[in-house]
Amino acid sequence: MSPILESRGLTKTFGAVTAARDISLSIEEDTVVGLIGGNGAGKTTFLNLVTGYLKPTAGTVRFQGRDITGMAPRRITRLGICRSFQIPQVFDTLTAYENLLVGLGIVSMGRKAFVGSNLGTARPEAVADEMLERFHLREYRDEPASVLPEGVRKLLDIAMALAVKPAILLLDEPTSGVSADEKFSLMDLVLGAIRADKVTVLFVEHDMDIVRRYTQRILAFYDGKVIADGDSATVLSNPEVRRLVVGEPAPEEGAAPC
Amino acid sequence: MTSFRRTTLGLGVALLVMGLAAPLLPKWALFLVTIAIAKGMVALGLLLLMRTGLVSFGQGLYFAAGAYAAGVGSQALDLGDAVPMVLLGGLTAAAVAAGLGLLLARYRAIFFAMLSLAFSMILYGLLVKTSALGSTDGFNVAARTVFGLPIGSTLGRYGVYALAALCAFGAAVGLDRYLGSYLGRLAPAVRDNELRVEYMGASVRNLVHLNLVIAAAMAGVGGALTALAVGHIDPEMAYWTTSGEFVFVAILSGTASVAAPFAGAVLLELLRSFAYEHAPNTWQLVMGSAMLAVILFLPEGLWSIFRRRRRAAT
Ligand SMILES: Nc1ncnc2c1ncn2[C@@H]1O[C@H](COP(=O)(O)OP(=O)(O)OP(=O)(O)O)[C@@H](O)[C@H]1O
Ligand SMILES: [Mg+2]
Repeated sequence: MSPILESRGLTKTFGAVTAARDISLSIEEDTVVGLIGGNGAGKTTFLNLVTGYLKPTAGTVRFQGRDITGMAPRRITRLGICRSFQIPQVFDTLTAYENLLVGLGIVSMGRKAFVGSNLGTARPEAVADEMLERFHLREYRDEPASVLPEGVRKLLDIAMALAVKPAILLLDEPTSGVSADEKFSLMDLVLGAIRADKVTVLFVEHDMDIVRRYTQRILAFYDGKVIADGDSATVLSNPEVRRLVVGEPAPEEGAAPC
Repeated sequence: MTSFRRTTLGLGVALLVMGLAAPLLPKWALFLVTIAIAKGMVALGLLLLMRTGLVSFGQGLYFAAGAYAAGVGSQALDLGDAVPMVLLGGLTAAAVAAGLGLLLARYRAIFFAMLSLAFSMILYGLLVKTSALGSTDGFNVAARTVFGLPIGSTLGRYGVYALAALCAFGAAVGLDRYLGSYLGRLAPAVRDNELRVEYMGASVRNLVHLNLVIAAAMAGVGGALTALAVGHIDPEMAYWTTSGEFVFVAILSGTASVAAPFAGAVLLELLRSFAYEHAPNTWQLVMGSAMLAVILFLPEGLWSIFRRRRRAAT
């Protein structure tokens, strides 16, 4: 197995706050990796650095062996790194269907610019409807996104990320805002939809039951550093992880916009 | 029937009605409608910008650029006919926006509005200072024909009216088609969430830039048509009150339909001429009150009346 994503010495400071400290890690192709850590541990910052939304203070990011440090998010998306957001980033005045059509339309206009797409030779309109079906969003098809329940917005946000056929999908707390009894079915749905294509997945999660169930490997962050990295059982029984990450009261959404 | 076909059909019927009604219109009404269509072209461009989440307080810049290009072109290039003059007006305004857009496309909200206003005031200042272009007095447009008809004659007035109507039809159908395309659909997406558009793999700045150029081309055509209808050009066309009036029309009309800016412009011209006639000293008061009423009771513009009725009917 070769690493699909690799970071070396990735560091990001916001004034006096260091949100990422010397993060070096690599993610192997065709795996599902969990990213855990308490509030403010730097999980979202890491995703922001990888996807080009933030420029690192130091360090590099490599994707499939290629240096992508400092590239704009749109270029990184075209290479096949896609993400969902902790706070759903949808188009509020557009319907669920139109939301999906935006991304699919972009892909269809620039087929050559995108390394992979979920469009094939199909029309974007047909694929949008098919995706609504696949993500159980059909009943919300013509509702504006602004009136959708939080869990549905979350799902729509994830579905939108899949207009492009990703090589790696980064999910930022896919189950936050979703009721406890729906978390597993949501993860089954999302992972079922993308793992069939052997897409590599890195997902940020606070619920340890979810992490245990769906990942082979876990990365634990604390104060901008990687404090544990290994197979799921080992990391979850690591005393430092238990004390600094798992022991915390169940956290909820942060204030950062993405 | 798709919404695009329905719009095209509706606009086609409007064009036909305008053609049939032309011989019945008195001279002043013919002039009023021609001017309204020309201004409606500028407001149509604003509709596109507003759908992209931008309000420009400087469309007078492109309006004036189109008019001056048509006027200067008619003399320098010896264009006798109105059609190439209108084309020249649209192209010149588009070229100006292609240049200014490099800077404008980086700004949003009030900064975008103020920057576009600033550029228009610079052009105004330049025009006032340029004696070769008649300074504050401007100059007369030397068009001789429109569709081969002598422009000063009664037939010529119908010619300009027809040219304006055809431009409006073409622009409205074209814009409607654009707004329904994958590229055009990015406009409301950019308005709602730029970050997500970038994360979907598209360049927000390029899209904004493109829409600025389209809006400017429409304003330029509107300016050239105004120059032809009035027969005269002056720097007032680039002044901020002119730009403000375009925003007035755009808000009055709403962004629901590509036909709305033309309906709004006709209404505004009617309102203004009646207010001017019956309250020559307080007509601004009448206009202001009309605006207030629209904002209070029809925040989505006059066109939302039709929409509400259609919704109620289904
Ligand atoms: N744009 C920013 N400007 C300033 N500080 C920031 C910014 N983004 C993140 N931070 C800070 O960096 C630290 C890491 O934040 P980050 O959002 O990455 O945490 P997180 O692990 O995703 O937490 P959560 O579980 O709450 O989502 C926090 O202290 C946060 O306040
Ligand atoms: Mg976070």
